Amino acid sequence: MSQLLTIKDLCVSAEDKQLLHGITLEIEKGSTHVLMGPNGAGKSTLGLAVMGSPEYTVTSGKIIFDGDDITDESAYERAKRGIFLSFQDPVEIPGITLSEFLRNSLEQITGTRIKLWDFKKKLKAAMDILDMDSSYADRDLNAGFSGGEKKKAEILQLLMLQPKLAILDETDSGLDVDAVKTVSKGISEYKARTGGTLLVITHNTRILQSLQADATHILSSGRIAANGGAELIYEVITSGFDKYIIGK
Amino acid sequence: MKEKTIVADIDRSRYDFRFEEDESSFLGSGLTAQIINEISQEKGDPDWMRELRLHSLDIYNKTEMVNWGPSIDELDVDKIITYIRQKSRMNTDWNDVPEDIKKTFENLGIPQAERESLAGVGAQYDSELVYHNVRKEVAQSGVVYTDLENAMHDERYAEMIKSHFMKLVPPTDHKFAALHGAVWSGGSFVYVPKGVRLEIPLQSYFRLNAKGAGQFEHTLIILEEDSYLHFIEGCSAPKYYEAGLHAGCVELYVGKNATLRYSTIENWSKNMYNLNTKRALVSEGGKIEWVSGSFGSHVSYLYPMSILNGEGARAEFTGITFAGEGQNLDTGAKMVHNAPNTSSYMNTKSISKSGGVSTFRSAVVVKENAHGSKSAVSCESLMLDSISRSDTIPAMDIRTKYADIGHEAKIGRISDESVFYLMSRGISEQEARAMIVRGFADNVSKELPLEYAMEMNNLIGLEMQGSIG
Repeated sequence: MSQLLTIKDLCVSAEDKQLLHGITLEIEKGSTHVLMGPNGAGKSTLGLAVMGSPEYTVTSGKIIFDGDDITDESAYERAKRGIFLSFQDPVEIPGITLSEFLRNSLEQITGTRIKLWDFKKKLKAAMDILDMDSSYADRDLNAGFSGGEKKKAEILQLLMLQPKLAILDETDSGLDVDAVKTVSKGISEYKARTGGTLLVITHNTRILQSLQADATHILSSGRIAANGGAELIYEVITSGFDKYIIGK
Repeated sequence: MKEKTIVADIDRSRYDFRFEEDESSFLGSGLTAQIINEISQEKGDPDWMRELRLHSLDIYNKTEMVNWGPSIDELDVDKIITYIRQKSRMNTDWNDVPEDIKKTFENLGIPQAERESLAGVGAQYDSELVYHNVRKEVAQSGVVYTDLENAMHDERYAEMIKSHFMKLVPPTDHKFAALHGAVWSGGSFVYVPKGVRLEIPLQSYFRLNAKGAGQFEHTLIILEEDSYLHFIEGCSAPKYYEAGLHAGCVELYVGKNATLRYSTIENWSKNMYNLNTKRALVSEGGKIEWVSGSFGSHVSYLYPMSILNGEGARAEFTGITFAGEGQNLDTGAKMVHNAPNTSSYMNTKSISKSGGVSTFRSAVVVKENAHGSKSAVSCESLMLDSISRSDTIPAMDIRTKYADIGHEAKIGRISDESVFYLMSRGISEQEARAMIVRGFADNVSKELPLEYAMEMNNLIGLEMQGSIG
């Protein structure tokens, strides 16, 4: 299978503090990878660095996406290539409705105009999968949304934008059982429709019940501490991260 | 892949065209009793008006220059040409308006807007109205929309004008109100009879063409009981090296249970001094709705005031100010609660960029007799870079225990986090910033008349092009 994302010896720092120390990771097209690790291990940093957050500086190493070196590209260019990040805590942007934002985004990513009517139909269908009330489309982007609603809105964007690679940063955290089910349904739908590739950052197995993990990586203190298959997830869940904590 | 463009100023080509003035039409600059008498004679004022002008001049000479706001030291009133003799009589058909003047208004899209979406239009060029017309059915309902000069000589309105003119904004109010009283010219008189509700708006457009000139138009609107009117005022001027001055005056009388919506879009060139005074007196159960967009001028002092004078009277002020390079825009509003159970609401947004300064001043006064009144003030500022400035100066004077007063102010910058979020969804940095600014202005811009809201959106897009790089 060909690689969609290759991370080579990646070192990342923020405000002169080094956060990632030489991460190497390969993700094949169509696979589902799970990234776990204790708090502060650098999981979100890795997700944000792959998305191109200006808050983080790549000091050495490379990010290769679909055969191209994207290490120096802006987030906007990466998004156009098909990289998507579901944020752990999405920002609120007043004055722009969810619907007008998504249409704008979709047009930018696909490079084609989309008719309002077609867009609305597509949006309605995606919202139905996520049990979202259609009134959310006309609300300001994430403004006043509860934690669960924000996560749903992220997965709604995933369904609409259909990226090649989706990084889900703790999409399941802070959600009740029903909400996890709904969000999982959305992710499965994305996977089924597009054969997309997933990098799932998570602390627990609930979201993984409906997803077949192909590989698991344990991150600790900014380094990969272990690589394995799906079985690694359950080992971590039962015995914790202790044995992976680097320096212990 | 950043796009670097140099846009120090917005595209003003729409406003910056101009025609040469024939200097023989100027009545000279400076302020003397002789000049005032000449203006008065030229305009054929009734005696009381000539006296008001001379009395105002006297007050002007005795009043100190304003010293609490942005500097106006570079404004030399003695050099401002206060009156430009009319080139044309007032017309009710665009075909009768002189060609160059007609072309000016065509470039600004006024005749087209009149055909499409307005009930009546007035157009002022320099000192005098050149065009005034209302749709026939509107005139038939008893609505009067004309220039003050003609109305003053019409026996049906002469007394009404005399008893309202500069009664709400007396010449003693401040130095530029006195100046206005002395040299005012042009503007509009609107009268809406009892029970008449005009569903489509009236619009006045003020255009200052001559260089080094002042515009001193006076707008007097009287709404009788249970009536409704939406009045739109637009202003622009081409750019000259000599500073221009706008010291207009707006007096609005809102009758019992009547509603007046007064929208202003001010886009004077960026070397104008905009020292405008606006005031509304609202009777029992009546309502004034101000919508105010300030984009132009070098210096602005603009604080529309609402006096809630009858029980249950209401006022709403929605404003947006956009201060760019070389602009110091001091704007705000004042609410005076002078009767029980009155309410006022202020919602403003200000944006500053490229070293622009925007200051928001609010004043809420609740008198002892205004028990049961409510007031809420909300102002938000956005600074687009680190060289721009934004200030908020609220004042409150509450004389009763039985009032509900709220104030909220926020000053901020565009967050990098928001820009990154939008960029991660395929939106370019420039567009992301423009979206955030538009979003910030959204709840105000949707109150603007549609074509102005669109113009404002374009303006934000253009302004943002220059802000990255």
